[in-house]
Amino acid sequence: MRITQGTFSFLPDLTDTEIKAQIQYAIDQGWACSIEYTDDAHPRNTYWDMYGPPMFGLKDAAGVMMELVACRKAFPSHYIKVNAFDSTRGIESVRLSFIVNRPADEPGFSLQRQETEGRRIRYTTVGIAAQLPAGKRY
Amino acid sequence: MNASKDGAIVDAKKRYAPGVLKYRQMGYWQPDYEPKETDVVCVFRITPQEGVDAEEAAAAVAGESSTATWTVVWTDLLTACESYRAKAYRVDRVPNTGPGTNSEQQYFAWVAYDLILFEEGSIANLTASLIGNVFSFKPLKAARLEDIRLPVAYVKTFKGPPTGIVVERERLDKFGRPLLGATMKPKLGLSGRNYGRVVYEGLVGGLDFTKDDENINSQPFMHWRDRFLFGMEAVNRAQAASGEQKGHYFNITGATMEDMYERAEFAKELGSCIVMIDLVVGWTAIQSMANWSRRNDMILHMHRAGHGTYTRQKNHGVSFRVIAKWLRLAGVDHLHAGTAVGKLEGDPMTVQGYYNVCRDGYTKADLQRGLFFDQDWADLRRVMPVASGGIHAGQMHQLLTLFGDDVVLQFGGGTIGHPAGIQAGATANRVALETMVKARNEGRDIAVEGPQILAAAGRWCTPLAQALETWKDVTFNYASTDTPDFVPTATASV
Repeated sequence: MRITQGTFSFLPDLTDTEIKAQIQYAIDQGWACSIEYTDDAHPRNTYWDMYGPPMFGLKDAAGVMMELVACRKAFPSHYIKVNAFDSTRGIESVRLSFIVNRPADEPGFSLQRQETEGRRIRYTTVGIAAQLPAGKRY
Repeated sequence: MNASKDGAIVDAKKRYAPGVLKYRQMGYWQPDYEPKETDVVCVFRITPQEGVDAEEAAAAVAGESSTATWTVVWTDLLTACESYRAKAYRVDRVPNTGPGTNSEQQYFAWVAYDLILFEEGSIANLTASLIGNVFSFKPLKAARLEDIRLPVAYVKTFKGPPTGIVVERERLDKFGRPLLGATMKPKLGLSGRNYGRVVYEGLVGGLDFTKDDENINSQPFMHWRDRFLFGMEAVNRAQAASGEQKGHYFNITGATMEDMYERAEFAKELGSCIVMIDLVVGWTAIQSMANWSRRNDMILHMHRAGHGTYTRQKNHGVSFRVIAKWLRLAGVDHLHAGTAVGKLEGDPMTVQGYYNVCRDGYTKADLQRGLFFDQDWADLRRVMPVASGGIHAGQMHQLLTLFGDDVVLQFGGGTIGHPAGIQAGATANRVALETMVKARNEGRDIAVEGPQILAAAGRWCTPLAQALETWKDVTFNYASTDTPDFVPTATASV
């Protein structure tokens, strides 16, 4: 399967030139980019690990690309995403987020069902790779 | 216009002598009045009856939407009646109406209301005054509430959207693009099991949301509990298959509040992230469901069913921009606000005005978009507008240009009617959307290059190519009924 979190997951994987263009767009809007990685891409896993803090004040996408290259080198088969953060009053949140690295093989999720009262079912989404210990998942 | 004739009577003896006075003699026309920061201010479009002059008609609107009755009452003197009287303070001719046009003479009447007139946090109370008796008042042929300025002091008495755009995105983990949805079709007749199939196919194909239609409640062919149970199976399956959060708007509209609460509770128990209600449930029910949604971490989707009966005709009713303002105060998270390019009424500039009302932190007056007032929203959460009705993948560049990222684009027929099936329809829309966002961010002029950008994506994405081919000639180019009164005039260049 292919995890489709993040903007652009339905497109062919972005090339580095394309990634850089998106980062430059974000910087031009006044947003700060950050890089996050994980080996547990559960849809409700909000807190991926930060590869350094958001790069506030950076004007050139090349700086973010350098960090991305380093992150990929450290975690070649993790999921890695670029977030762009907007500190404008009333927003103060992420404005763009897209995956820029993913494992070659994505085993995906299983859906567990617990039958409960009446016809109700309690659903649990379980990451197949995440059942292995951290570091041995991909 | 003759302002001095029949002005307000200041001599208390004459003013309160039993009998009938003109509204402006009673003090409802005050051309020198400067609205206070704390006043609610309304602009009404009025068409006076033959023989009723514009100022008297405006005064009548002020009177009938505040304290006046048809005759003088001495009991006014028991009150600080100056405060309670609404004041009509300005009348303008509406451009392109009156002699020489194909419409009767209309006027914009500006009326100010003191804050003491309104119960805090109650749209029911606000509307009972502003659109209560006055719209049936005989001396007016027609009246329309065009726009309203809500003072910050009053805005702060409302809690607004339970979730808002920012928190909705944070909960769903979706940033940087419009959300995608589809209304399940056929609207009526599917069993719960068949219905869940359509939900699953749409979501697994790439949609973020699917939606009950406005008239899906609990009919003989599908009891609401069956729909909710099968629907949540579909949502959870699609979520596990994509690794992405998904939702289905369960319509919890019912005959009574008790029914609505029961349906809402069941949706929550099953783990749904969103429920929906129809505008026809009324203001009190809307505010109750907003409170329930706040307590239960639920996104509240509003389908504006019925609004066309009073928003569409320009001469009479309430503009949708006013309804949108009231709904933002009342507290909904999603609001159908038009597509401009689809099958339902909506001039593009006018529709953009509605979107501004939903999403701005501070809305600037913009007559071309029908916005008469600056409106400070006092940090009230923002409403996600929904574009739904007769739109398809081939219009993606237009939709993104008109509405930007904070919108739910809903393709019902444009998903389910795809020749290769529902999943293919959903994928076509998602690919078209992401392609267009990417191109825009790369600096391309999507308004112009949109069709080529879509065609290029169609070369690697067969479902998109099929969608573009199927709907290539579909447009709904009819003249809009509700259009701006103000257009920019060209200035001679020097």
